[in-house]
Amino acid sequence: MSRTLSAPVTVAFDYTRSVGPVLGRFFTGLQERRLVGARLADGRVVVPPPEFDPVSHEPATDFVDLPGTGTVTSWTWVSEPVKGQPFDRPFAFALVTPDGADVPMLHAVDVSSPEEMSTGMRVRARWAEEPQGGINDLTCFEPVGDSEAAPMVEVRGAPATSLETLVDEPVTGIITPVSLDYVYAASPEESAFFRGLAEGRILGQRCPACGKVYVPPRSACPVDGVPTAEEVELSDSGTVTTFCIVNVPFLGQKIQPPYVSAYVLLDGADIALQHLILEIPAEEVRMGLRVKAVWKPREEWSTTIENISHFAPTGEPDADYDTYRHHL
Amino acid sequence: MRDVAVVGFAQRQMEEFDGSPTCVELLVPIFAECYEQTGWSRKDVGFWCSGSSDYLAGRSFSFVQAIDSIGVLPPVNESHVEMDAAWALYEAWLKIQTGEVDTAVVFGFGKSSAGVLRRTLALQLDPYTMTPLWPDTVSIAALQARLGIDGGIWDERAMAEVVDRSLTDAEKNEYAVRAGGSSVEDLLARPMFADPLRKHDCAPVTDGAAALVLAAGDRARAVRERPAWITGISTFSDGLHLGTRDLTGSDSARRAAAAVDLGGVEVAELHAPFSHQELILRRELELADDVRVNPSGGPLAGNPMFTGGGIRIGEAARRVWDGTADKVLGHATSGPALQQNLLCVMAADPAEGSN
Amino acid sequence: MAKQPAAVIGVGQTHHRAKREDVSMAGLCREAMDRALEDAGMTLEEVDAIVVGKAPDLFEGVMMPELYLAEALGAAGKPLLRVHTAGSVGGSTAIVASSLVQAGVHRKVLTVAFEKQSESNAMWALSVPVPFVMPVHAGAGGYFAPHVRSYIRRSGAPTHVGAIVAAKDRTNALNNPYAHLREEKTVDQVLGSQMLWDPIRYDETCPSSDGACALVIAAEDVAKGSPDPAWIHGTVMRSEPTTAAERDQVNPQAGREAAAALWKQAGITDPLAEIDAAEIYVPFSWFEPMWLENLGFAAEGEGWKLTEAGDTAMDGRLPVNCSGGVLSSNPIGASGMLRFGEAALQVRGAAGDHQVDGVRRALGHAYGGGSQFFSMWVVGSEKPSS
Repeated sequence: MSRTLSAPVTVAFDYTRSVGPVLGRFFTGLQERRLVGARLADGRVVVPPPEFDPVSHEPATDFVDLPGTGTVTSWTWVSEPVKGQPFDRPFAFALVTPDGADVPMLHAVDVSSPEEMSTGMRVRARWAEEPQGGINDLTCFEPVGDSEAAPMVEVRGAPATSLETLVDEPVTGIITPVSLDYVYAASPEESAFFRGLAEGRILGQRCPACGKVYVPPRSACPVDGVPTAEEVELSDSGTVTTFCIVNVPFLGQKIQPPYVSAYVLLDGADIALQHLILEIPAEEVRMGLRVKAVWKPREEWSTTIENISHFAPTGEPDADYDTYRHHL
Repeated sequence: MRDVAVVGFAQRQMEEFDGSPTCVELLVPIFAECYEQTGWSRKDVGFWCSGSSDYLAGRSFSFVQAIDSIGVLPPVNESHVEMDAAWALYEAWLKIQTGEVDTAVVFGFGKSSAGVLRRTLALQLDPYTMTPLWPDTVSIAALQARLGIDGGIWDERAMAEVVDRSLTDAEKNEYAVRAGGSSVEDLLARPMFADPLRKHDCAPVTDGAAALVLAAGDRARAVRERPAWITGISTFSDGLHLGTRDLTGSDSARRAAAAVDLGGVEVAELHAPFSHQELILRRELELADDVRVNPSGGPLAGNPMFTGGGIRIGEAARRVWDGTADKVLGHATSGPALQQNLLCVMAADPAEGSN
Repeated sequence: MAKQPAAVIGVGQTHHRAKREDVSMAGLCREAMDRALEDAGMTLEEVDAIVVGKAPDLFEGVMMPELYLAEALGAAGKPLLRVHTAGSVGGSTAIVASSLVQAGVHRKVLTVAFEKQSESNAMWALSVPVPFVMPVHAGAGGYFAPHVRSYIRRSGAPTHVGAIVAAKDRTNALNNPYAHLREEKTVDQVLGSQMLWDPIRYDETCPSSDGACALVIAAEDVAKGSPDPAWIHGTVMRSEPTTAAERDQVNPQAGREAAAALWKQAGITDPLAEIDAAEIYVPFSWFEPMWLENLGFAAEGEGWKLTEAGDTAMDGRLPVNCSGGVLSSNPIGASGMLRFGEAALQVRGAAGDHQVDGVRRALGHAYGGGSQFFSMWVVGSEKPSS
């Protein structure tokens, strides 16, 4: 048995990003299968256009339309692609200098082996069949075949086509999904707590320095900076110190509102833990209410505080204010 | 400027830490070591500062629980940067310079293995034009490496020499997660990972934590016979975008070097997570050929995120403490392809290099 | 070595809105920065260093966004730092920026704090479930509501005091063209709004805003060229743990000790008399009386009396949050710097329609996490004597 418990967690959101006027021009161009760059104060043409000139700090305003062809300035082989990359089999990332630009941009090149990549090779843009709005509307670059090898013509980038003539709806925002998978591990002390719960026990630990009983146990007592140690089995009855009634729904919420989220000071503990209060109308919950854990059926148990479905009133008289006032 | 020295250092590095992403369990013994080295308790520490990243841990406010390992009631003077511990050290050095405090402990921690680091770091890029392609940090370094090879600035042999020297030195480092010298030929015979980088050209994914102790004036002298006095500290950033800077160099490293006096540096711990980046740094910092680089084995032997730069400073400081060197450099980097750099010059003589 | 004198000579902020769909993150930052630089009579080129602050990166889904923003922020070729101390970050960032000047390292520092939280959803980002743990967490409001209940119980405050704060701050915001929520509110209207996390009501809750704030902090020789510098008289940060046995979350020790240290630094012995205006971090109405006590403006249990008596109104003894405060605009990473910046505007006489007459010293205050991180400063119209 490993000393710590772990579980997967995915942190994911489809971010809605407003892009502002400069990137808006760029992304609108991509939808129309055009590369739009900007000419900087020092004369360099850069794709994608920087919003603010890195030297003059002024917003970029001098836009340039470029053909979707270019030259590979550097490349690498992605032998072990990760999720979300342009291809799910090995491919090349490259710095591609578009014809008419003075500096390269980063993108993928679709070839089937590193032998097909070389610095100086000619490539052209492959555009998405159905543009979604975003950098992926330029799906990747692909080699220009020998038979159609286009000589590198000096291109003076044409001033970018006026938006009004081409576009019904310029791009003002894009959606970029970000999803990351993690393995979350609890500390050894927390893991002992969760394992205890799997057996129907609530385990606290006492700090060797200050003597307070923490539940859950801690890798460092926040007052003394040393791990809690001596195991203390706690009662599953306690006192509500303070609470709130959650009325508001929110994204990712797991419990249906309205519900009472309360701090329950278990008998024998020096710190309250947070849980749900049920079996009493929300407006009757009060500070000092005596409650006891209501466990789920044993066969539903695992290593989680959710083995306790909620806390419910015991029917005892409310605890004296002085017995919990220090926990407010 | 006040005389401020690095007087304590402790670290942990491992391939995979099985504990919580807040790394509290690592920090507790690390702080205990710092107290042992200094004879202090936490009441002697005037200011605390940490470096870490929420995205590495996968949780907002992931640094908050870490401060439990300090023991923060009664409350402490404390801050946090979403950067490597080396920049936490910079913030602490500033705080001491203002005269508000005389001592500080800085720390960094990172559990890279909690996620897939090559994906996580793709979030460190331009969210509009780069991240949706999920370019991984190794690929970006590889693009930089090839530019140098194509331009004749360095070659695979020089990169392999950096690796062989580093992994040989790492054999003497109890904290190294990758060690074992072989030969340049042996290394060059191994397969490509991210052409032109081989796996050994890239720092291993490492979990870990570290802490450094700073003290001013007599507080430093009371702790160490040979404090590592910070005679110069500077930090500069470049832009991130790969098109608008010369990737075969590092402008910000050069500017940082111009802001300090590196003359006479004998040992340099360089935070180069990729072998070719050591070659860039040597050139931009104008380090003489006889400067001993990364005697610890450097990041190619172990590189916990948000801690690796701090570890370079600590490893360099140790060479002053043990009398190996009189003047040393600790370097830290952040962002893709050496975008942001920090230099910490330390010497046995606090007046070294001053006018 | 004593701190070198430093002053705020430029303040800029964005028009804070629920969604700033007209700009990218860079555009948002530059709006605030360009205003601050114009106010300071300085160009971005002249700045020595840039210090960025923002709250968790999950809000925008970008890890360390200051890295890709470096060019847009004018930080390419300059020193760049990024501070993150949870909700207090806007304040801590200003303090780190000040320390660069106070330590004698730089003479002109630009600091910017921002949040473009509409790119995701603030409550989601604050409530991502942790395995094994009970998911009762309901965002910031759900966290603080039980402690507000404790305050009401401990102090015996009448239950309409929170509504007085909300009505005051929202109505104050009518005098602040940058504020997100600007609406006349009465106490009755607030009391009639829906309970979100009992005892906190909808109208007593901060909005979720996109926004940024920027300050230019300068050394003495530079500040002397400014017509109205706000001199920094004191800066303090203190932290304590989120959860500890018998930790006081209503009147946190870190806040009390920070305030005591701040008054000492600034040479203030009677804060209520000597502070002419305060910008205090009040994201939920009841934090005004709670922080008045925590900061030492009122004795424990008595803060609500100042509020109830109208002492914290614009024409009161201690005007609090004339800008509308966090209750009117809350781009989380920027909110702390907005408090610090608005305090500076007051002593410079530059707060426009929400200016209080004759402010000589003002307080900027920020807090974060589970009421555990505190950063605060005092700024004054005169250079500090020591």
